[in-house]
Amino acid sequence: MNVENLSFAYGEHGVLHDVSFSVDYGEFLSVLGPNGVGKSTLFRCMLGLLTPSSGAAYVDGRRVAEMSARELAYAIAYIPQSHSPVFNYSVYDMVLMGTTAQTGGFASPGKRQRSLTNKALRRLGIEHLADRGYGSISGGERQLVLIARAIAQEAKILVMDEPSANLDYGNRMRVMQTVQGLTRDGYAVIQSTHDPDQAYLYSDKILALQGGRVAAFGTPKETVSSALISALYGVDVEVCSMRGDEIRVCIPADSH
Amino acid sequence: MEKNKKRPPYAAVIAVLMVLLALCIVGSVTLGRYPIGFREMCGIIGSRFMDIEPFWKPVQESLLLNHRLPRILLACLVGCCLSAAGAAYQGVFQNPMAAPDILGASNGAAFGAALAILLGLGGGMITGFAFAASLATVGAVIYVGGKARGKRVLGLVLSGIMIGSLVSSGTSFIKLVADPQDQLPAITYWLMGSLNGAMPKDLIFALLPMALGLVPLHLLRWRINILTLGDEEAQTMGVNAKRIRTAVIFCATLVTAASVSVSGVIGWVGLVIPHLTRRMVGNNYKYLMPASMLFGAIFLLLVDNLSRSLFATEIPLGILTSLIGAPFFIYLITRDGERH
Repeated sequence: MNVENLSFAYGEHGVLHDVSFSVDYGEFLSVLGPNGVGKSTLFRCMLGLLTPSSGAAYVDGRRVAEMSARELAYAIAYIPQSHSPVFNYSVYDMVLMGTTAQTGGFASPGKRQRSLTNKALRRLGIEHLADRGYGSISGGERQLVLIARAIAQEAKILVMDEPSANLDYGNRMRVMQTVQGLTRDGYAVIQSTHDPDQAYLYSDKILALQGGRVAAFGTPKETVSSALISALYGVDVEVCSMRGDEIRVCIPADSH
Repeated sequence: MEKNKKRPPYAAVIAVLMVLLALCIVGSVTLGRYPIGFREMCGIIGSRFMDIEPFWKPVQESLLLNHRLPRILLACLVGCCLSAAGAAYQGVFQNPMAAPDILGASNGAAFGAALAILLGLGGGMITGFAFAASLATVGAVIYVGGKARGKRVLGLVLSGIMIGSLVSSGTSFIKLVADPQDQLPAITYWLMGSLNGAMPKDLIFALLPMALGLVPLHLLRWRINILTLGDEEAQTMGVNAKRIRTAVIFCATLVTAASVSVSGVIGWVGLVIPHLTRRMVGNNYKYLMPASMLFGAIFLLLVDNLSRSLFATEIPLGILTSLIGAPFFIYLITRDGERH
């Protein structure tokens, strides 16, 4: 997936300015930045939900804005924050819905779609939840269900909106490790996050956004620095390296 | 709905409902002031297709073919349509409390019928006026809703409330100026909803729009699932949310308008039946839609049987359905949520 010189404005109000980056299959990209910086708007442009005012997003060389909803569904799957829908569908049905693009407008999912669903549930280790109501399982489990739904969709690019928000400590780690596992199988994963420690630990690339512009783009080692994080969030932090630079942790600069 | 059970046999539930509906239809034919037995019924209907020496009275034949059978079939169709429309609206508006009149279809039909009665028009024209006014009202609601700023679904629902009440005030005005001797009672009776006096021509009038709406609703039922997740999610799953919603709203409106124009305003069915059905087969529209249609048909047929046989004078359907619907609604809001 390539994004080239993408800008977007709601009316007069410019949200994104000249954003460019690229991510390959097998890579994990974290889009880092404070709330309201345009991460969601960027995702909407990448998913074809918004049309950029200039520049463009490309999937496999094709312009997203020119692709139909169905074509896009084959290429990119969107994993929203775990939410509670109006109707309490079973986990199985929820995952099965991911296969909708594969069937005709008047059809219901068939045998192949059911087998994809079972495979996706197995892969994420949540088969035992299949007959539970999606509304009655925990937030972490819901996030796994939404990931399974994206797998059943058979798209190779996964766009995740703050997958670790609203999750407790253990679930956050579980979800991030699952996602990291997917990149090893050739999925390109793009997540938004406002947690620099987590972005450093799990990503292959980091795109830092500030005021709708790219503040930094590169490997975690190149990007995560005291200066960048302090500038992004407007707080004075010091980035400490631990375990031979395997981990970098942000701590308030005046705490010692 | 048990947690340990493997995929419940919802298809079997639908088959059972089909059998039940067939039994109810046959049972309803034999029910009524003038007796028609099962044997006579078979004979009369069979004689339409082959040569059978009549062993029944001519009055039985005329009663069955011109009154009882059209009424029974119309009750089934209206129940089926209102439930299907309710289930569909609940899905596309992501609102479990949506009912077929959410976009003003009933208000419009009431206005049309009242206007026709005021103008002194006859039975067929009343139905036609109601149907046209119902569609026109929903058309206006969709037009205004499209102009509204902000969330599209909310805009539609709000404009449905506003235009619905505008049209209702028109109906009230017609009642005010109507002749209190004969027109006003006729309007009031129509508003209460009834299948009394259902004619074969009502059936024929309603059949085409009902079929045009019910068939696509049934075919699009899996897509409605996706719409309940919201537009953006639906879009990223390859579903053109706007187009499917428009199609579903159009079909649901068509069947609602056709129903209320032949039966008058019948409340509750469209809200209550889909909810009862959700408890039987879950929320997946693949099963919910056909089960709602069948269950709605059975429910309204049974209520209409009560309406025509309980007392010497008929109790309007609208009264009976509300009488049953309201306590159920109270039950629904006071019990704790579905499975935990």
